[in-house]
Amino acid sequence: MLARALLSGAFAVAVLALPGQAEDRGEGEVLFRPCGACHMIGDGAVHRVGPHLNGLFGRPIGGAEGYEYSDDLIAARDRGVIWSEELLDRFLAGPRDTFRQTSMVFRGIRSPEDRAALIGYLRSEGGTAEAQNGAEPAAIDPEIAAILEIAGDVAYGAYLSSECTACHRATGGEDIPSIAGMAPSVFIAGIVAYRNGTREHQVMNTLSARLGDEEIAALAAYFETTE
Amino acid sequence: MTFNRRIFLGSAAAVTASLATPIVISAQGRPRVVVVGGGAGGATAARYIANDSQGAIDVTLIEPTRAYYSCFFSNLYLGGFRDYDSLGHSYGNLAATYGVNVVHDWAVAVDRDAKTVRLAGGGAVRYDRLVLSPGIDFIEDSVPGWSLATQNAMPHAYKAGSQTQLLRAQVEAMPEGGTYAMVAPPNPFRCPPGPYERISMVAHMLKQTNPTAKILIADPKEGFSKQGLFEDGWERHYPGMITRIGPDFGGDVVEVDAEAMTLSIDGAVESVDVCNVIPAQRAGSIAFAADITEGNWAPVSAYDLSSRADPEIHVLGDSAAQGAMPKSGFSANSQAKVCANAIVAALSDGRAFPPRFSNTCWSLIDTDDGIKVGATYEASDEGIVSTGGFVSQVGETAEVRAETYRESLDWYAAITSDMFG
Ligand SMILES: Cc1cc2nc3c(=O)[nH]c(=O)nc-3n(C[C@H](O)[C@H](O)[C@H](O)COP(=O)(O)OP(=O)(O)OC[C@H]3O[C@@H](n4cnc5c(N)ncnc54)[C@H](O)[C@@H]3O)c2cc1C
Repeated sequence: MLARALLSGAFAVAVLALPGQAEDRGEGEVLFRPCGACHMIGDGAVHRVGPHLNGLFGRPIGGAEGYEYSDDLIAARDRGVIWSEELLDRFLAGPRDTFRQTSMVFRGIRSPEDRAALIGYLRSEGGTAEAQNGAEPAAIDPEIAAILEIAGDVAYGAYLSSECTACHRATGGEDIPSIAGMAPSVFIAGIVAYRNGTREHQVMNTLSARLGDEEIAALAAYFETTE
Repeated sequence: MTFNRRIFLGSAAAVTASLATPIVISAQGRPRVVVVGGGAGGATAARYIANDSQGAIDVTLIEPTRAYYSCFFSNLYLGGFRDYDSLGHSYGNLAATYGVNVVHDWAVAVDRDAKTVRLAGGGAVRYDRLVLSPGIDFIEDSVPGWSLATQNAMPHAYKAGSQTQLLRAQVEAMPEGGTYAMVAPPNPFRCPPGPYERISMVAHMLKQTNPTAKILIADPKEGFSKQGLFEDGWERHYPGMITRIGPDFGGDVVEVDAEAMTLSIDGAVESVDVCNVIPAQRAGSIAFAADITEGNWAPVSAYDLSSRADPEIHVLGDSAAQGAMPKSGFSANSQAKVCANAIVAALSDGRAFPPRFSNTCWSLIDTDDGIKVGATYEASDEGIVSTGGFVSQVGETAEVRAETYRESLDWYAAITSDMFG
């Protein structure tokens, strides 16, 4: 549980803007928020659903140690392809157009300005620095840590999940991703970000606003068990 | 959450067998739930009760049609954004995967003392709990001149299926510069944004095939759901094409003549080429047959959707007077899950959890221009009450609107798989 809490704490720092930093980082930081459900960057970043993004530019495709990549990213690595800003720009415009089998559930960003802002943010946050696998995790977000400490009631979570399945398919859709099998730390951080309004989505903000900590823990415990 | 079992009449072959059998025999000692109506409320309830009770409850679903054609997204078919087949869903999975005994027949009467439902094909089904989710029926004299006998001349297309196909064919056959008229229904009715999404979709179709055509709406209501958003969209996409006449100009004093193909608004007679009459609505007839209605609808407890007249009958979706939820497929699905939990807890050893409801309705105005409205709800002694909500805003970026539309496509795939497994 402690390890899980540490991971989630580091994740939360990446996802939730710290006061005073938002203006400096601007648009790119806002654009990174949805990515933060799966990717970490900066001090203490580790692999989550997606690989950490420290040292991204100049790193071989599929090259972050300890992360299991999909086959075509491994094939690209074997061809010696590296992450350049140009390649990332293309990838962000349409991940599946660039790597057909990428497991990244993301539609892409149409606006070239938005992609440039996001790439700028990744650079400023550690995309050029060396990977920091061994670094100390950052401070734990207390809200997420508290929910991770709760032993989720799986049966209650199964009941509550029926509210989610009106929109989320197990296989995932183009725009509404799958949440089946999601790691509790990722699930909880996501819901907390919607509950706080640091991640914006009208439906998710409204639904999360009435979820108590016990309920989030129950949902997380349930979804961890589903395929 | 699925489990694989084949019990009783739980296979396609067995379903056919059940059609030929006049009396449906009671299952061996298991409590029995009968669900009438395999739509958004009924199919969801049947699936969740069968699945969550893990076979401890015998579930029979009575539904006359072999495939459910959803009203939700039927407007997109009218606009040319979807094909007809994509609206159809089979009951095969409910039978084969969940063990629901699917009986294709009409329920025609309910004997509340004997706890049986009589079927049009003969025979009766016994229940311990009865779930009614029959959707809506129409109040025939609500639009003078319109009746079920004239529904093919002036289709409502407010129950999906052949009516929707007919309306589309009529729109396609409109003469150049012709008039499509809609008689909008009074509150409360199925899918508050539905008529106005339909206007948008018909306009989209006409803009391409018949751009000088006109659309006229006679509306008895002062205002309607997402009005500002729709009117803004109509102005942007279909300027000059759509005229709405509200009650201040006689939109509530309407008569139709199906033979002459005329619509009269406060005495002013207009010849029209298509007349889409959506009459006033009431609960499905079987709710009246069960004698659990008050006025046009069936009042229910917000805690478990049980009828205020009979706690062993539950009413879901459009037929229920439950409080603040709009009559939508999402609402019916949400209510079905609360009802299923209460029934499984009462009849087997399942745990009862607090009721909670939610709804979101997406509407499409034109290509990639989607909007939505939604809310969360909870139960109170007075009925279901809203606890928070949202609505799209006028002036959102094209990217937000496109995303809202794409989201609705995912929602449709998800909710239909939530209903039919
Ligand atoms: C044009 C249009 C667009 C819509 N768009 C949306 C939308 O985008 N989102 C949304 O959430 N909702 C939408 N709706 C509303 C939605 O379709 C209904 O609210 C929903 O279907 C209600 O579910 P229900 O279970 O009450 O009824 P239904 O889904 O209509 O199911 C009723 C079922 O009962 C059966 N039945 C009736 N009587 C009997 C009987 N005596 N015996 C046996 N079976 C019987 C019928 O055959 C039918 O299959 C729309 C509706 C329309 C008309």
